[in-house]
Amino acid sequence: MINKTLATCGEAVANIFDGATVMVGGFGEPGVPGRLIEALREQGATNLVVIHNGAGFHDFALGGLFKDGRVRKLVASFPNYPSATAFRDRYLKGDTELELVPQGTLIERIRAAGAGLGGFYTRTGVGTDLAAGKEIRVIDGRPYVFETPLNADFALVKAERADRLGNLAYRYAMRNFNPIMATAAKTVIAEVEKLVPVGTLKPDEIHTPGVFIDHVVEIDRHPRLFEPHYEEAGT
Amino acid sequence: MLTRDGIAYRVARDLPEGAYVNLGIGIPFLVTSYLAPDREIFIHSENGILGVGPVAERGKEDPDLVNASKDYITLLPGSSVFDHALSFTMIRGGHLTHAVIGAIEVAANGDLANWRVPGQKVPGVGGAMDIAVGIENLYVAMTHTTNKGQSKILTKCTCPLTAPACVKRIYTDMGLIDVTPEGLVLREVAPGLTPLAVEKATAAPLRVADDCRQMDVPPTFNGVGLLQ
Repeated sequence: MINKTLATCGEAVANIFDGATVMVGGFGEPGVPGRLIEALREQGATNLVVIHNGAGFHDFALGGLFKDGRVRKLVASFPNYPSATAFRDRYLKGDTELELVPQGTLIERIRAAGAGLGGFYTRTGVGTDLAAGKEIRVIDGRPYVFETPLNADFALVKAERADRLGNLAYRYAMRNFNPIMATAAKTVIAEVEKLVPVGTLKPDEIHTPGVFIDHVVEIDRHPRLFEPHYEEAGT
Repeated sequence: MLTRDGIAYRVARDLPEGAYVNLGIGIPFLVTSYLAPDREIFIHSENGILGVGPVAERGKEDPDLVNASKDYITLLPGSSVFDHALSFTMIRGGHLTHAVIGAIEVAANGDLANWRVPGQKVPGVGGAMDIAVGIENLYVAMTHTTNKGQSKILTKCTCPLTAPACVKRIYTDMGLIDVTPEGLVLREVAPGLTPLAVEKATAAPLRVADDCRQMDVPPTFNGVGLLQ
């Protein structure tokens, strides 16, 4: 019998090694696997390359990895918002390198890796600093820039519901990078809010088929993510 | 001169029935408040939402529902949610009809600079470059000048480009300018301004359209008193 469930986030992230490349899903707060990131912070792996759209919030969840100096390099599209304080500190000190990628190119590089493609040509970035030094090819009279696939050793994703087979269903804006990242890493770990028996998720409801998933952990929501007013409340 | 809301109001008047619109942060996001209620217009958010509704009431926020500005939002009937790859397929593949985006600088040929100011310590680009190349009717909504009074409309951009020759129309607190193959054309001026005043505030050649007229906006959006 296939059973991809694990009891704790600690077990799920135990094999993440020093120097690993780790994709982290989420956009803003929805879809951020906050409990898995917390467990990774506790686990201690360092010198990580993190692939994520942003750069975390303050010093918790992903921000905590920056605060602890555990991230050698961040691949992101939008790491420069005011609450990305821990990343900002590390970046300005020169401790963490940044590879800035346009958001649509970031997701498509991940998609390409997951789909077994060797890259793609896009118009995004042509004529800008972010295409400097890259191959340009004219297709149907228009210039395109070549972008390479982006894969990882591990992907940490979040969904609302899952079964023991690793089938995942997301809710509203939780989906974002998660289903695509789930295709592009050697080991894919999902934290979910509810584990349900096989058959409860109907075939039409499954956004990520279990074939992509290695481990599933049922969690309580991260206490500091998903709280609209925590900053105003000063907590 | 228009207020920020006045600029958003004027942009909203130009979004037609059946438009699928990506809105950037800042003045562009204010456009949601002024959409004509008798037109069906779908707002797209890059994190995978089509059919964004008003911002959620306090206390009724759904933690799984934010827009690209990280505001907690609601969904309209007929909305859909999807992943990032599909969201950027909509953007880059030319499926959305309009985008309203902020700018640091716009050049006379439609070059857009809106992702990085010189000396900015931490860079970020988000979806701006994808939106600039993928969405046909790319409208800029911005103040005409910097807070130091320098024109943000230039012969050539000085800041790093987001994309070359992509802007179709510029809405500012001073007027409405079309980017045409023959250069910039002033179509409308804000209440209380002359075309000459707009020309003087613009650091690029500006042709005044033969039918250039005063912008039709309610007086509440006239910000002369507020700005001076």
